Amino acid sequence: MTTHALIKDFQEALGKDNVLGAEADRYAYSYDSAVLEPAVPGVVVRPTDVAGLGKVVKMCNDAGMPLTVRGSGTNLSGGTIPKTGGVVVLTGALNTILEINTEDLYARVEPGVITAKFAAAVQAKGLFYPPDPGSQAVSTLGGNVAENAGGLRGLKYGVTKDYVMGVHFFDTDGELIKAGGRTVKCVTGLNLTGLMVGSEGTLGVLSEIFLKLVPPPAAAKSMMAIFDDVEAASQTVSAIIAAKIVPATLEFMDNFTIRAVEEFSHAGLPVDAKALLLIEVDGHPGMVAEDAAKVEELCRTHGAKRIQVAKDAAERNKVWEARRAALSALARVSPTTVLEDATVPRSQIPAMIKALDGIAAKYKLTIGTFGHAGDGNLHPTILTDKRNAEEWHRVEAAVDDIFDVALSLGGTLSGEHGIGLAKAKYLEKETTRGTILYSRRLKKALDPKGILNPGKIMGE
Amino acid sequence: MGDVKELLRLLGEIDDSLVSCMRCGMCQAVCPVYAETGLEAHVARGKIALLEGLSHEALKDPQAVMDRLDMCLLCGSCAAGCPSGVKVLDIFLKAKAFLAGYLGLPPAQKAILRGLLAHRKVFDSVLAVASKFQGLVTKPANEVIGSSCAVFSGVLGGRHFMPLAKTAFHKTAAAKGLAAAPGQPTVAFFYGCMVDRMYPRIGQAVMKVLTHHGAGAFVPDAQVCCGIPALSAGDLQTFEKLVKENIAVFADQPFDVLITPCATCTSTIKKIWPEMCDGLPGATRAAVKELAAKTMDISEFLVKKLGVTASATPSQEARTRVTVHDPCHLKKSLGVFAEPRAVIAANPGMEIVEMAAPDACCGCGGSFTLKHYDIAGRIGKRKRDDVVAAKASVVAAGCPACLLQISDMLSKSGDAVAVMHPVEIYAQALDDGRPGAGGKTP
Repeated sequence: MTTHALIKDFQEALGKDNVLGAEADRYAYSYDSAVLEPAVPGVVVRPTDVAGLGKVVKMCNDAGMPLTVRGSGTNLSGGTIPKTGGVVVLTGALNTILEINTEDLYARVEPGVITAKFAAAVQAKGLFYPPDPGSQAVSTLGGNVAENAGGLRGLKYGVTKDYVMGVHFFDTDGELIKAGGRTVKCVTGLNLTGLMVGSEGTLGVLSEIFLKLVPPPAAAKSMMAIFDDVEAASQTVSAIIAAKIVPATLEFMDNFTIRAVEEFSHAGLPVDAKALLLIEVDGHPGMVAEDAAKVEELCRTHGAKRIQVAKDAAERNKVWEARRAALSALARVSPTTVLEDATVPRSQIPAMIKALDGIAAKYKLTIGTFGHAGDGNLHPTILTDKRNAEEWHRVEAAVDDIFDVALSLGGTLSGEHGIGLAKAKYLEKETTRGTILYSRRLKKALDPKGILNPGKIMGE
Repeated sequence: MGDVKELLRLLGEIDDSLVSCMRCGMCQAVCPVYAETGLEAHVARGKIALLEGLSHEALKDPQAVMDRLDMCLLCGSCAAGCPSGVKVLDIFLKAKAFLAGYLGLPPAQKAILRGLLAHRKVFDSVLAVASKFQGLVTKPANEVIGSSCAVFSGVLGGRHFMPLAKTAFHKTAAAKGLAAAPGQPTVAFFYGCMVDRMYPRIGQAVMKVLTHHGAGAFVPDAQVCCGIPALSAGDLQTFEKLVKENIAVFADQPFDVLITPCATCTSTIKKIWPEMCDGLPGATRAAVKELAAKTMDISEFLVKKLGVTASATPSQEARTRVTVHDPCHLKKSLGVFAEPRAVIAANPGMEIVEMAAPDACCGCGGSFTLKHYDIAGRIGKRKRDDVVAAKASVVAAGCPACLLQISDMLSKSGDAVAVMHPVEIYAQALDDGRPGAGGKTP
């Protein structure tokens, strides 16, 4: 079937307003937040109900047309960059929170619900949805599930996969598949929920998600520990974990990031500090006080030069504002920002930070490093200009080195951004040839025509 | 149709600005137009991508890009919240000028911008005639707001608009120079087209407050439009003509501060004039920068230069509930939001009650509301709902364009909420001779 004929069918199924064919409209879905070449789809559709979504999947399969589902397009590994000439399916109009159940502690949502709006709605009901990816103000829950998104609270609360109790999704024939559901325990059938989480749209199209909710912590305490030695800061991270304390958040900022943030937000950060740790403990007030005191003591014994404990909500907010400003501040330094998320077992944080310094020096690049030190997920951020071909070459080589180091330390290519297009070629380094072939056989069985987000994760 | 090579060259000039967008997409969270349409081509990230596509010849249809650039209120929400600090408004205004230069302005727009806006005298006479006849085609719609409803709704799309003033502000007795009392500053009063034609009462309130404080005033009636309607249509030629005429009127005059009661005029003169004056002669550019540095919003001026503060002795009787809308061009562009509240609270009879999202755009966006009334109306409806939920009897905003849009929205829903400029509320306290009006009285 030609794209032209398919467009007509889409229009009939979804209404003309929900089918975008104009070049300029299609071009606006050729990219996401990854630094990769754009690929322009042949048509963009926006189903307004779940039935329409199912129809679209079947129509694409019948026509053998590749389809890429897109929420807000904030993917950092190219997971939402479509196949040239293919179909982009927008979930923006499937944005209803179907249920927030305060008795059974779960919620049901459509895939296009915005993460932060959902978290706020849950909070208004006195509950808590912890996953907080950096793009939560715009990201969709469908995207979070498809990518298994993380965030600042991963250390104590886990990541998106720890909150998905069940999913409904369409297979390539447009059949509705149901997995998991409202109960804490559920062993009915294969664990298809687990299969779908993090599958980056390659195995099915999500139509409904069941999410676990938890009671919010009663108290929280934040502090900032200032170090004049990176090694001391990273040793402190390991020491806190080794002392069997699990802070809700344990973040790291290097000197370059500190200076960039200070220049950007004038938050009063110590620009001469070599590293900062931003730490929050939460839970029962008694435990919070105890843990906070222990963490403070550990920071001190491991060489923190100064520790500022937030005395009230305003001070606490100030601590986290500085962290939230990190990427913004770095992004202003240069035109192109390459944000990596190679992750290591947390005890290897000191080695990873040391290696990053070496890589920056070897390739003469500026790398600002910040991130979720507590769960081993750092964000080395390379500041460059993609228009400078020679420098860009060095950036690519540096990224290769970062992956090699992370893997040699027992880590992983991606903690939370996904493999997508950007890292598919590295997959074998971390796994095995057999792993890739197994994944491809799985995909081939479930998606014989290869229409579901082709090229992502396992290549083609 | 112009030379496409020239268009590409011009777009290449803003490549550094375009490339600073890292495609994070955070603008989706704050763009009022995107909130309604949900289309990537309508949000800043999408528009910047389209401009890059055009610049790199991946896109072939400049008109389609122009149409999507037009889906913008120029509210600056995206720029205010942009992690990478992309100069979004500069990019859009420049790109529109390049594209309009290549595509040509649509005939109707050209007639209005170059025929009317660029020629103050013609504009005045057309509006003077229009104001006399508008009663024939409109009927009063809402007494509290003072709006009218077009009988021929086909023409105006069912708008409830403010009638044109019978007498423009610049023709009223209030629009005259004032000598400064000793020690008081002298202002140049740039009242702006909308105050002149639709809200002379705001101009009169400004004069009353200036008189009360003994401030001097220079009120030239040769001043012309700030140029933003022309620039937002991509008409750089008319914009530059208007800037030059204004510079001729204001430069080298003995005043300390140029004030305007219009957030959009303030933001245009202060931020957009210096950014968009590259095509003007060097001396004019220098004068533009000097004038921009001296330009202030009226409320900011009253607080910072005349010491107006919240009344220390608010009325003990039931006060009037006022809710405050923050115009985008005041808060997001200039960071001014505390001052209008102080000016309102200087009236001891007023109690400020905040609405849910005071700085959410009202949806006017100057000519956006003319071109995309439906979307502007949907955005405005949210604002109207927030205003009504605040249970205030007055909504205040330091921008006549916002006042117009909010009046339209309230009037259409039949809400009895008065719409006022902060300076009017302060002037009212001076009128009433209320004791305890905030600030120093000379």
